[in-house]
Amino acid sequence: MTLLEISGLTKAYPGVVANKNVSFSIGKGEIHALLGENGAGKSTLVKTIYGLVRPDSGTMTMKGQPFTPTDPRAARASGVAMVFQHFSLFDALTVSENIALGMDNPPLRRDIAARIQEVSRTYGLPLDPMMVVGDLSAGERQRVEIVRCLLQSPELLIMDEPTSVLTPQEVSILFETLRLLSSEGTSILYISHKLEEIRTLCHHATILRHGVVVGTCVPKQTTSREMAELMVGATLQAPKRDHATPGTALLRLQGLSVPAPHEFGTALKDITLTVRAGEVLGIGGVAGNGQDELVAALSGETTVPDDMIEWQGKAIGRLMPNDRRALGLCAAPEERNGHAAAPDMTLTENALLTGRTRMQLANRGIIDWAKTREFAQTIIEAFDVRTPSTETNARSLSGGNLQKFVIGREILQRSRLLIVNQPTWGVDAAAAAAIRQSLLDLAAEGSAVVVISQDLDEILEVADSFAALTDGRLSPPVSTKGLSLDQIGMMLGGAHDMETAHVDA
Amino acid sequence: MLTLEKRPHRSAFWTWAAPPVAVLLTILFGMVLFLILGKDPVIAIKAIFWDPVFGEFAFYYRPEIVKKAAPLVLIATGLAFGFRAGIWNIGAEGQYIIGAICGAGVALAFYPLEARWIVFPLAIVAGALGGMIWAAIPAILRIYFKTNEILVSLMLVYVAQVLITAFASGLLRSPDGHGFPGSRNLSQYSAAANLDLISGTGMHWGVVAALVAVLIAFFVLTRHQFGFDVRLTGQSPRAAAFSGINPNRLVLFSMALSGGLAGLAGIFEVTGPAGQILASFPKFYGFTAIIVAFLGRLHPLGILLAGLLMALTYIGGEVAQDNLQLPAAAILTFQGMLLFAILAVDTLTMYRLRRSRKEVR
Repeated sequence: MTLLEISGLTKAYPGVVANKNVSFSIGKGEIHALLGENGAGKSTLVKTIYGLVRPDSGTMTMKGQPFTPTDPRAARASGVAMVFQHFSLFDALTVSENIALGMDNPPLRRDIAARIQEVSRTYGLPLDPMMVVGDLSAGERQRVEIVRCLLQSPELLIMDEPTSVLTPQEVSILFETLRLLSSEGTSILYISHKLEEIRTLCHHATILRHGVVVGTCVPKQTTSREMAELMVGATLQAPKRDHATPGTALLRLQGLSVPAPHEFGTALKDITLTVRAGEVLGIGGVAGNGQDELVAALSGETTVPDDMIEWQGKAIGRLMPNDRRALGLCAAPEERNGHAAAPDMTLTENALLTGRTRMQLANRGIIDWAKTREFAQTIIEAFDVRTPSTETNARSLSGGNLQKFVIGREILQRSRLLIVNQPTWGVDAAAAAAIRQSLLDLAAEGSAVVVISQDLDEILEVADSFAALTDGRLSPPVSTKGLSLDQIGMMLGGAHDMETAHVDA
Repeated sequence: MLTLEKRPHRSAFWTWAAPPVAVLLTILFGMVLFLILGKDPVIAIKAIFWDPVFGEFAFYYRPEIVKKAAPLVLIATGLAFGFRAGIWNIGAEGQYIIGAICGAGVALAFYPLEARWIVFPLAIVAGALGGMIWAAIPAILRIYFKTNEILVSLMLVYVAQVLITAFASGLLRSPDGHGFPGSRNLSQYSAAANLDLISGTGMHWGVVAALVAVLIAFFVLTRHQFGFDVRLTGQSPRAAAFSGINPNRLVLFSMALSGGLAGLAGIFEVTGPAGQILASFPKFYGFTAIIVAFLGRLHPLGILLAGLLMALTYIGGEVAQDNLQLPAAAILTFQGMLLFAILAVDTLTMYRLRRSRKEVR
């Protein structure tokens, strides 16, 4: 039986067609995957279903009735619920207060806690209604959003990239819940670009590319590679790597501790680590466990007592970013627009942003723009950055292209040690593969690379050793050879899930 | 219905077209204003914009425009650096006053020594230093105590105003002044006087300094590391920190720079057009320069044009008052309209107008 039928949906924005003649249908109780790269039109499509976007043409029918939600409230009234990729929760309020705030017709205050516990028990989603949201992990926050949806007994649950912030253990809890929901007849529209997940969870998949449906498949009978190639529209090459024997120690952290920069930041606690030449170290962890703070402490944005950071035996904790760059210590922070790059400046100017010291782009303070432009042009060519020219503003590049530029900028200044945070976040598969390959190439040339990522597959693909960052503490690195996702999950804080086990008590 | 729609990018066209369009709009609305006041609008506008430059008595007004524009351009050029970096020195007026007091004080300390090559340069240095120190106060308070430089620099203007009144009737009062407040007239003390370099042109040393400041500022903003740091900090503070810019040093540098240029404007004014330290010395150049800086798009060449335009409206306003008996308030209103128009038209650089159809629910 078909729950939602979409046919010929088209939505154009100035300059870009987000969805073009998109048709597919979701059956009752079906888990349907919507697969596509960033910018393929997935978000526009689900926003249309959720009443946030009105299509230019095309029709939707829900249980045989025309379905034209004018706003999310109308969509919810028809039984559509959505869990967004970015949570909309108030840190200072409790779980039950947050849930009540987000509902159209919230039940009485005294009933809501009981109903939350009931739902969370039924669906295996451990959640304490009295906890303050600010203290919850990302996985628990997501549960808050899911429980809020479930309390309205939806017929269609839309989940946008739900696993991007979860540990493997949290992912398996989520999948159990989704399977249970599906068996009870709730349809689920599951948006992701993680193919293995889709293969284990989903019944059907619709693949979008550039706003057009380019294929449908039964994921369990299709290989990840086939799906990826449909999604990207090209054949993919996995990064090549040779495990090199690590060379001399370049960077040594000794009891690195930094207080939290702001109320919801994370303090770094007693981090001790050695990074060697030629080594790729992967640091995993769920966002908000000190990644940004660690990058800042290493790049020099945050300075620390001198002997906490040592560079080839020299204490450098107090050095500013440019002095560290002069040594060869370069970084690429997670946020591209506004941190790693200035969005309203040209690529040439952005090349100067970190390149001035090592590339000698300024002489006694006088900027050599010709040389800077040449450097920008070199990055663009070497890293296949798609841009009209070096004088284009960083903002107008797509996320993947800007990321290639940012990573290329650091690599091409022959950095001795490169720290990257989320190198392929929001980057399409082809660009991600190129970026990973370039990191491996850098290591092969004898530089050290520290990859901080939430994408564990990525870490396993590129890293020689792995360390977990949880609540500002770094585990001792272990070799990635033979390391399983399960073991990584335990390192990342399976312990965190234990804390919520008292819910049922 | 017209609605505003945010542009994806700042419009390059409107960034440059906005000031002239704003001037045209001001002229248009100004004509309506003068019409309501019962004056011939065309003659009034001609009196303000045409007569001072090309009219019968232009030989008298042109030097006045130049003299009026010089301090505005000098101060605004300095302010542009801080404003671009998001550092808001609102107290240039105070730095201008302190610059005048310090410079005049040094010059008067040498009176009646007739050694121009030592007195005049020392006075200029003292004026610039005075302005710098006055501007460094809000900078240092911001760096160490996280105070708001807008409030502190503004409040220091009032302190400076009280100080100049005190100096005019106290320490710097002329011994030959028969007990009246006011210092000796520096423009009559040949070792310190800042007179026209070419008689009758209005070109005094302050004008030269303003032109030099514009050229240097243009070079620094486009070619020098400091200019890049300023622009980067204003556009993207986190990227600036990542790039390795020390925000505290930038605050101190840009505040001291704008204070120093304001102090220079003060010393050139007090040794030239104004002549003496008096309670009536402040002419709000420091505040008007803020308008000039924004009217000129925080760009040195734009500021030069904006400073000249602003000076023209002052001088033209006086012409209109004298010749047409327009009330002074009408001229102030007219200048206010100019600022209002530039802000209104400025909206178009980030937004576009769109005719919206009513949506049916």
